[in-house]
Amino acid sequence: MVVAVEKNLGGLSATEYERRLEKFEARINRGEKIEPADWMPDDYRQQLIRLIHVHANSEICGALPEGRWIPHAPTFKRKLALLAKVQDEVGHGQLLYRAAETLGPSREQLIEDLITGKSKFSNVFHYPAETWADVAIIAWLIDAAAIINQMMMAEGSYGPYARALKRICYEEAFHMKHGYEMCVVLAGGTKVQRDMLQDALNRWWAPIMMFHGPSDKESKHTAQLVRWKVKLKTNDEQRQQFLKQFVPKMLDLGMKIPDQSLRYDKQADAWLYDDPDWNEFKKVVNNGGPVSKERVEARRLAHRDGQWVREALTAAAEKKPVSPPPSH
Amino acid sequence: MTDTQWKVFEVFHQQARGEPHVHVGSIHAPDAEMALILAKEQYSRRQACVNLWVVPVEAILPTAYENDDIFERGTDKSYRESWGYKTPKTITASHGATEPRSHEG
Repeated sequence: MVVAVEKNLGGLSATEYERRLEKFEARINRGEKIEPADWMPDDYRQQLIRLIHVHANSEICGALPEGRWIPHAPTFKRKLALLAKVQDEVGHGQLLYRAAETLGPSREQLIEDLITGKSKFSNVFHYPAETWADVAIIAWLIDAAAIINQMMMAEGSYGPYARALKRICYEEAFHMKHGYEMCVVLAGGTKVQRDMLQDALNRWWAPIMMFHGPSDKESKHTAQLVRWKVKLKTNDEQRQQFLKQFVPKMLDLGMKIPDQSLRYDKQADAWLYDDPDWNEFKKVVNNGGPVSKERVEARRLAHRDGQWVREALTAAAEKKPVSPPPSH
Repeated sequence: MTDTQWKVFEVFHQQARGEPHVHVGSIHAPDAEMALILAKEQYSRRQACVNLWVVPVEAILPTAYENDDIFERGTDKSYRESWGYKTPKTITASHGATEPRSHEG
């Protein structure tokens, strides 16, 4: 096997580095978890920080399109469920930032990088939720796609991330079930409701097809991440799993998949499709999407508006006088 | 920006009275009292919870995984275990007797 050239030996001699790397990889192959205090290759650390950071940012930014719909939920039950989901997503962000911190960066740094646009968040949250049916599609299909990703990552080699994900998956299960119920209601409703659901799927299909990331032909990180059990499946494998599980369910609800190229190949037991527009994906995740600027700005304002609360709590803990909130 | 990174508290969660407290994760908080409030928000939204502990992370002294050989057993420690002692179901069987021995002797 060709071992990638390591840029950073962490001040170790090449032989010592090789010795540690071999031990590290042997542990991963035995299915052991790597813990924060353990030696790890710098590449492993950096890749994990990148992945967990993007994941945490996505939870936080994912709460924004849904949060905006809380006041407009059609029933009290839906409002309660949506409130709970949004609370969960923000909680998941907190759990994940904690997991990322165990690898080095501080919480402030992680948040700062998001609000200055230095770090990324999931492509799907760069698009607006235009109607109530978008909320249903997000909760069902995007959470379904996320669960496929997170169930896999929960078996990964880094202990703090895997443990956080187990907890997260448990909570996401309700989001997806609730989303499916919302779609079932719309799909069985009036023509206006059915059209609204189809219209939402038409707009969300391409972003959902890109959700698991660039195709294996293009993804530059995948091979090493799979070897180190950061990921256990490639992006295309995850996408395939999603299509197998959910295309039949969408068709069952009478939805039309807005992709002429999508077809099932019996012999390969796989869904075939033309690659989505990966240039759009790259543009979107680099904050060039329809509402990228709004998302980052909403997060910046929320962080700014919470500043006085953090300061007040710090002052109270130090038994110092607490300043009142600013009036802006 | 005057943000400070608050201290880290490890969180332990008890599902029912009498059960052990189980480590579930950690949070940042300015002090222990606030840590309990935040831990409740973060870790008791779903599963039953009757009690939470928060412990400043500095209060925990862990063994080092690199030294996990301290837990290895150099010698046979089966004498510490109930399965280390094999006894027959009945005493008569162990003596190969077909008839029960008289208690009168």
